[in-house]
Amino acid sequence: MSRVSAPRSPRAAIVGVAESDLGYTPNKTVLQLQAQAARAALEDAGFSFDEVDALFCAGNWSWSPTLTLAEYLGLRPRYSDSTNIGGSSFEAHIEHAVAAIEAGLIEVALIVYGSTQRSDRSRGRVSPTYRLTEQFEGPFGLPTPVGAYALAAMRHMHQFGTTSEQLAEVAVATRKWATLNEKAMMRDPITIEDVLTSRWIAEPLHLLDCCLVTDGGGAVVLASAQRARQARKPPVWVLGHGEAHTHATIANMPDLAVHQAAIASGQAAFAMAGLRPEEIDVVEIYDSFTITVIMTLEALGFCPLGEGGAFVSGQRTAPGGPFPMNTNGGGLSYCHPGMYGIFLLIEATRQLRGECGPRQVPGARLALAHGTGGVLSSAATVLLGKD
Amino acid sequence: MSEEATYALPQSDPESAPYWEGIQQGELRLQLCTACQRHIFYPRSLCPHCHSDRLAWVSASGRGTIYSYTIVHRAFGPFAAEAPFIIAIVELEEGVRLMTRLIDAPRERVRIGAAVQVSFEQVSGRPPLPFFRLLE
Repeated sequence: MSRVSAPRSPRAAIVGVAESDLGYTPNKTVLQLQAQAARAALEDAGFSFDEVDALFCAGNWSWSPTLTLAEYLGLRPRYSDSTNIGGSSFEAHIEHAVAAIEAGLIEVALIVYGSTQRSDRSRGRVSPTYRLTEQFEGPFGLPTPVGAYALAAMRHMHQFGTTSEQLAEVAVATRKWATLNEKAMMRDPITIEDVLTSRWIAEPLHLLDCCLVTDGGGAVVLASAQRARQARKPPVWVLGHGEAHTHATIANMPDLAVHQAAIASGQAAFAMAGLRPEEIDVVEIYDSFTITVIMTLEALGFCPLGEGGAFVSGQRTAPGGPFPMNTNGGGLSYCHPGMYGIFLLIEATRQLRGECGPRQVPGARLALAHGTGGVLSSAATVLLGKD
Repeated sequence: MSEEATYALPQSDPESAPYWEGIQQGELRLQLCTACQRHIFYPRSLCPHCHSDRLAWVSASGRGTIYSYTIVHRAFGPFAAEAPFIIAIVELEEGVRLMTRLIDAPRERVRIGAAVQVSFEQVSGRPPLPFFRLLE
């Protein structure tokens, strides 16, 4: 259910963002990557570690990542949150941190993520046993998450007539943005034909419909309105936020052609901000797979349900197009260290600050960052704006 | 990519034991909520629709239709050698969906909405699992 609340003056702002080294980082541990990103984000904010009173992180590298990371960083947080709902966790962390700021519990939150999944070669390991709810899906051998997104894509094609060419439009446009980002891993332009002739992973998804597998980390510093005014750079205000989840296993997704969690998170965020989709200047949407983007655009109301394929056609989301989207090159071409959500916040913030050089969206005032986690399981939407 | 030497097996538990015992005996079992009269899958101790705990085990017809499917070309671990194979989500006549693999299904005949029937098969020496076959 969407929350009904009038737009109000923002209570919190993003004041610092940074990535760690990205790509292939075999000589760094997951803690090093996070420390690197955390320090750089605090420097970006002009804040010190001593000013941090809340730590947020998500990861499966520790049974309690906030305990481990806080000790490593020399932090003694008085507020801790390791909510893990997949790749959307960091947009959810924004919501939780804003709530804690509004409740007067904290003033400065540090949100951190890191992964060495590429160096670890940990992607795609098969569990030693299928326990609890896994026992009903695991034994059939579906590769997750890609196979689950393929099932959704097939259903979306069946129900709405979405085509492989339309899915490929997303990959091609996103790659064009990556050519403008020197930090992106994949910067050679690709064509629709390249996507359609890349090898099948799980039909109807080709290799180039799938995100990268990389190492990397990122960090975001969120501060109360009062503290944000003391930051080194102008605040990027949190205008609205929402989160939801609908299922954990793909067979239990209520409707495989509709991203219902994103409908809920988007409605909540837009209602809180008092904004409409057509007012947003730049959108950063989790692109684990090309189908994820199409279903999310529909769910957030940028186009009607079933029309996401047409919406992205004709390279409308590419540089110079009418709908700037995934301007860093996305999880498809820039980086994707397992849970990508933190990078959506980083890019949205940089776009609003005007720091994006050749990929800068001119005059961007309002941005959307939307994370999707699990197997289209969870969603969290954050709307950002500058003064 | 690390290759596991053996297949992982589903770990039966007190809630799921009647389901797996049914599979061993060639019977697909579901729970029926006697409070709201809806079938549920997977096995639980409360109905996810009305939250009643009045759940009874019943035998399913084993018939359903393909709700969605994917042809898997790149699988992990021991499943890699079995690719390509077709994973489907089947909607049973009783109204619940489950994940399965289609057996002996020519891909040109596989489509959403096609009628399918459960078939308890032992693949690659594993214990029987509820696979499905095309009906027509």
